[in-house]
Amino acid sequence: SCCVGDSTTLHSADIISTVEFNHSGELLATGDKGGRVVIFQQELESKNQPQCRGEYNVYSTFQSHEPEFDYLKSLEIEEKINKIRWLPQKNAAQFLLSTNDKTIKLWKISERDKRPEGYNLKEEDGRYRDPTTVTTLRVPVFQPMDLMVEASPRRVFANAHTYHINSISVNSDCETYLSADDLRINLWNLEITDRSFNIVDIKPVNMEELTEVITAAEFHPNQCNTFVYSSSKGTIRLCDMRASALCDQHSKLFEEPEDPSNRSFFSEIISSISDVKFSHSGRYMMTRDYLSVKIWDLNMESRPVETYQVHEYLRSKLCSLYENDCIFDKFECCWNGNDSVVMTGSYNNFFRMFDRGYRQDVTLEASRESSKPRSVLKPRKVCTGGKRKKDEISVDSLDFNKKILHTAWHPQDNIIAVATTNNLYIFQDKL
Amino acid sequence: MFPKGTKRKFSDSREEPVAGGEDVNQSSLAAVRMLSSYSLQRQSLLDMSLIKLQLCHMLVEPNLCRSVLIANTVRQIQEEMTQDGTWQIMTQALSAANAAAQCSADRLVATEVLCRQTEAAQGEQVPKPFPVVGSEGCPAEEVLEEEEEAAAAEVGMTMSTVSPQAPTSYLPGTFGMDPCWEEEETGEDDDDDDEEEEEDSEECGSGSEGEERERDSLVEDTRTAEQVFGTFEIKNPAPSPDPALEELFSDVDASYYDLDTVLTGMQSVPKMGPYDLLESLSSHGPSPLSSSTSCRSDLNELDHIMEIIVGS
Repeated sequence: SCCVGDSTTLHSADIISTVEFNHSGELLATGDKGGRVVIFQQELESKNQPQCRGEYNVYSTFQSHEPEFDYLKSLEIEEKINKIRWLPQKNAAQFLLSTNDKTIKLWKISERDKRPEGYNLKEEDGRYRDPTTVTTLRVPVFQPMDLMVEASPRRVFANAHTYHINSISVNSDCETYLSADDLRINLWNLEITDRSFNIVDIKPVNMEELTEVITAAEFHPNQCNTFVYSSSKGTIRLCDMRASALCDQHSKLFEEPEDPSNRSFFSEIISSISDVKFSHSGRYMMTRDYLSVKIWDLNMESRPVETYQVHEYLRSKLCSLYENDCIFDKFECCWNGNDSVVMTGSYNNFFRMFDRGYRQDVTLEASRESSKPRSVLKPRKVCTGGKRKKDEISVDSLDFNKKILHTAWHPQDNIIAVATTNNLYIFQDKL
Repeated sequence: MFPKGTKRKFSDSREEPVAGGEDVNQSSLAAVRMLSSYSLQRQSLLDMSLIKLQLCHMLVEPNLCRSVLIANTVRQIQEEMTQDGTWQIMTQALSAANAAAQCSADRLVATEVLCRQTEAAQGEQVPKPFPVVGSEGCPAEEVLEEEEEAAAAEVGMTMSTVSPQAPTSYLPGTFGMDPCWEEEETGEDDDDDDEEEEEDSEECGSGSEGEERERDSLVEDTRTAEQVFGTFEIKNPAPSPDPALEELFSDVDASYYDLDTVLTGMQSVPKMGPYDLLESLSSHGPSPLSSSTSCRSDLNELDHIMEIIVGS
């Protein structure tokens, strides 16, 4: 099982809205409410501390999206970055997709550690020389320079979504990707920005009949024709793009029958799926609803194969959470590298890990105390009633403003990134 | 008939040993109190949801998922209240109250509403327009222009038409009931009522006040609720936030803990679940859109006009 040990904390000024490791785990990207992307890079393991994996330091910062104004609707379009997805690396440069509510951008992040010097017509500072003073010719040569990381927008995929984009997912073919908003899913080619294919459309002819929206979507990690999307009614639909151009008819529908004993006015709201993630193997998928995490076998549509309660003690507080809107919080979830552990966030800066093999779970806290270097995280426990033991926290003293919505797990190692409202915590396993 | 809560009598509050016959009375009285407390708190949830549907429009752009979930919750409550018969009681009480209030110069507009004529179980959908009542202008209210009614037709939960001078308001649809809610607004009075209601919700069993609460839960809206869904298609300008609304609900907090336990525990009340109802209704396809400005197509009997007391 995984016992989180060493830790690092890093700060960002604005509210973090997405966190994503790249495919090697060397880079960690965060997006924030101000439209910025900050990329951290893992330092190479130092010779001094061979037991310790490198720390993550800021590698690049750039402004991905700016606020816009939709004149037709007299509404602002937020610059908040909803999702970042890395492309698999093909050459020296790194590529990522970042999206706000309306526009997706492909960014190229490249390093420059040398520059040409010795121009004939320009001085070193860039001023142009008087051509009449040039008496000899020379060939400019590359000289080393301080490492510079540049981010440049390579593609802008705009004007394809009427509703708010909630997901982007790169296909395993590395040529296409999907973007999903509340009612539609579009398929893009990474090279083509002026058109996209609509592959799912659940908008009713009459909007008065709208009762269900798309909440998340993802491509299968191996099968480039397969993707899933989740809904606000707790269903997941698996679609095969080979079946038809418009995938309104699902190939599979995953839905767990409701438990009649738990039925309340809030049943639908808490069944709404906030995140869906395929396992790395592609055999399972995980969904997050308000109170639980469910693991589904793609071969079984009738019910999940595993269910983990994240914070069941909130079930009796649903009305208060409805009143303060916390019931609409969208928590994400993630798998570890070998699909044996899943992780998701909760309130009070708690996050939870569930070990599928050992059937163990742990609650940890991302806080200042845990950010001391080399400090081991102490498991937390929420007291649900009766006598509160020492070190337990009662449900009523949980801080619902401190929510961990975004977490990410390194693709190979036991390194996790946990975003509280304003801070990013990176925890590593003690080796 | 849904039993109305009865006013707590002095003798009820004392735990006195009673004879066998009175035991039965006491236990049924307790059941009545419990049910009236449930209906009170269900009403609270309905009011809260309606407020949310309004407030959400004050943000940059409403979160469609949240709006849809809240709207579905409102539908569930409405369906359950219809099955209980509470809905009919409420609308009758409201129309009676409104008739009395009609003469006041400060009264606000009623609007034309589309209501379902037939029982929900039949699923028949017959739009029935209501006459527009003459309106008084109210400076605190927003005016919804008739052009926006065309937009209203396309989306959302509420339909209303309004004469140009009249403030907009939303009336909840009823299931086969003639008089729909008409709004009644007296500014301060409503604030007082609401404060009373909040206190009431913490005292279970104050039945007559509960009735008043239901009667007084007139909602009056300054924006069409189709803007909840419809902003994405056709935009209606968002009015500025109403401070009275926030003031109204600023002290609502701990009372909802009671609401939690009651609502989550008492789900056995309806025989037919709200989604069964929804299924039977939605299976009867949409009615054609009416081209008349006075008649909005309401295809889902659950999507009806709701008003929220704003307080001037």
